[in-house]
Amino acid sequence: MRKFLKRRETTLALIIVGFIILVSLRSPRFATGSNMYDILNDTAVLMLASTAQFLILLTGGIDLSIPSTMAFTGMLVSMLNIREPNLPIVVVLLITLAIGLALGAFNGILVGALKIPPIIATLGTIAIYRALVFVVSGGQWVSAHEMSSIFVSIPHNPFLGISGILWYTTITIVLVGLFLTYSKTGRAIYAVGGNRPAARLVGLSGERVDFIAFSLSGAISGLAGLLYVTRYAAAQNDTALGYELQAVAACVIGGVSVLGGSGTMVGVVLGAFFLGLLYNALTEVNLSPFFQMGIQGLAILVAIVANTLVDRRNRHKMLAKRNLV
Amino acid sequence: MSNVGIQTAQGRSLVSAGRVGKFLKSWDSILTLIFIAIMVGGSFVSPYFLDTRNLLDTTFNFMEKAIVALPMLFIILCGDIDVSVGSIIALSALAIGGAAQAGVGTPGLVLIGLGVGLIAGMLNGYLITRFDIPAIAVTIGTQSLFRGISQAVLGDQAYTKYPVDFEFFGQGYISGTPIPFELVLFLLLAVGTGILLHRTTFGRKVYALGRNPVASKFSGINVGRLRFIIFSWAGLFSGIAAVLLVSRIGSTRPNIASGLELDAITSVVLGGVAITGGFGGIYGVVVANLLLGYLKYGMGLINVPGRVMNLVTGALLIVAVVLPETFKRLDQRKRLFKKQGGTV
Repeated sequence: MRKFLKRRETTLALIIVGFIILVSLRSPRFATGSNMYDILNDTAVLMLASTAQFLILLTGGIDLSIPSTMAFTGMLVSMLNIREPNLPIVVVLLITLAIGLALGAFNGILVGALKIPPIIATLGTIAIYRALVFVVSGGQWVSAHEMSSIFVSIPHNPFLGISGILWYTTITIVLVGLFLTYSKTGRAIYAVGGNRPAARLVGLSGERVDFIAFSLSGAISGLAGLLYVTRYAAAQNDTALGYELQAVAACVIGGVSVLGGSGTMVGVVLGAFFLGLLYNALTEVNLSPFFQMGIQGLAILVAIVANTLVDRRNRHKMLAKRNLV
Repeated sequence: MSNVGIQTAQGRSLVSAGRVGKFLKSWDSILTLIFIAIMVGGSFVSPYFLDTRNLLDTTFNFMEKAIVALPMLFIILCGDIDVSVGSIIALSALAIGGAAQAGVGTPGLVLIGLGVGLIAGMLNGYLITRFDIPAIAVTIGTQSLFRGISQAVLGDQAYTKYPVDFEFFGQGYISGTPIPFELVLFLLLAVGTGILLHRTTFGRKVYALGRNPVASKFSGINVGRLRFIIFSWAGLFSGIAAVLLVSRIGSTRPNIASGLELDAITSVVLGGVAITGGFGGIYGVVVANLLLGYLKYGMGLINVPGRVMNLVTGALLIVAVVLPETFKRLDQRKRLFKKQGGTV
């Protein structure tokens, strides 16, 4: 119980509850179930992007190319939709995942096989994938009236009263969480991210882990891209611009270390949800949406400073304990 | 078996230090060759390419970026990164714009621009060194924060009123010549940066820090202070870039210079500076900036869309990092092969 209370996720959850109470004092509408449901729907894409970023941060890298992967996948499936308006959703999903996977795997090859530092590799591909959006679309949008009703219904389609976008997001998050916690490869990602040389000595291949993490991250970004374009019913060249940093923000707020090897799926989801709450609360307390970016920056800085201070205290405690024993 | 592995690993790291040094020299020459190729190729592609006036005027388009690349060189040499420089420019531009609307004169505007940039850089440096947080994490936060402030203040507005003589910095020429002031300023700053990096103990400390942070700490380098100075300096130069940029485009909007940090980092890495720190020099960075600038100018002359230009620079960046690594690895394999008497 004490351990549970001390956990980072618990703290964040308490902060979230406190935040909700605080805002609803000013605007009672805020804490209602339907508003929370709306916020979840609004945050779902960010949660997926954050999950994609989380996998890479765990390996000790960073993925700047996430928004470009989202935009490219979203554009490609939208254009496919114009040609084949009646493709079943399952097929669209599979194609989406495949495109995202391919883009992610290309990142994975650059990082894993060619040994380019992730920040440089994805700095290159953020420009390349975004340029490819322009190349395939010829600079044109795909707008709502060109999309088939099946396609646009993907994020809505309620099942058991819950929207499609939340189902896809929840399933992805649960799968990734299980994968990271219980699968061998998932544990290897933590091990490699925590201490690459040590992981190597116990026989874990950092290259393989990088490749898998980037491929998975790409597939998830692809899904995020599909949900983005279908939810807003428009695929543009500027789709998801800036999402890479929002995703890092969600992860950092959720307690993920940018040095790799530590952080949990639950933390990331809470971090993304917290950002979603922040954005939504701005309008509730009559602040202009132009404040969003600044407040997000402040939240990131507060979170990383807090992370560092807590880490340091824990380390001191551990050392002190060892001296006593 | 594992014993052999460790030995080769150590031998490799020792060997590669010398190798990379040697390779960098040739990387500089490769860059120079590519640059010449672009100039020659450009003159074939368009008759307007080699026009002196055009060649000089097009530098207006990339000098701000090049100026920010100078401190970025030091930051990356230290093994750090700063993704907030574009946002520092936005914040500094906001201050310049706000002051100009309030009627502050040109000298005041310049001071305010530089001052705000410096303070923003110092905040980065403080957070990074005081709490020992990775620079990428801090600057991702301040990237949002600085541009966010600009966005919160300006919203969808723009500051467009500036004193007439303020235009000189970003639009002016050295009197009586067709040489842009921005270009001269960049060259002066680049020479100064080069001297600082290659001829002073400060520069040697930067290399030491980038190659081995632990050893440099134990050899008495005040690592925290060094990094603080460098991040503050990046802020100051971003302030300079803000003055030039605002003066050139005559308007301040919250999205000013967005993405400039990635361009600056790209030019530094293309210039042969290892992202892991410790290797690279001023010459490569200067050439890389000219190379990227004239490549875009050439592509612009033949109507290549901006997005596609990004594709080219993105690919160039990746190739620039892959090629030396591949050469290095091939070389190591050869050495290993020789060492083991050709049995592997």
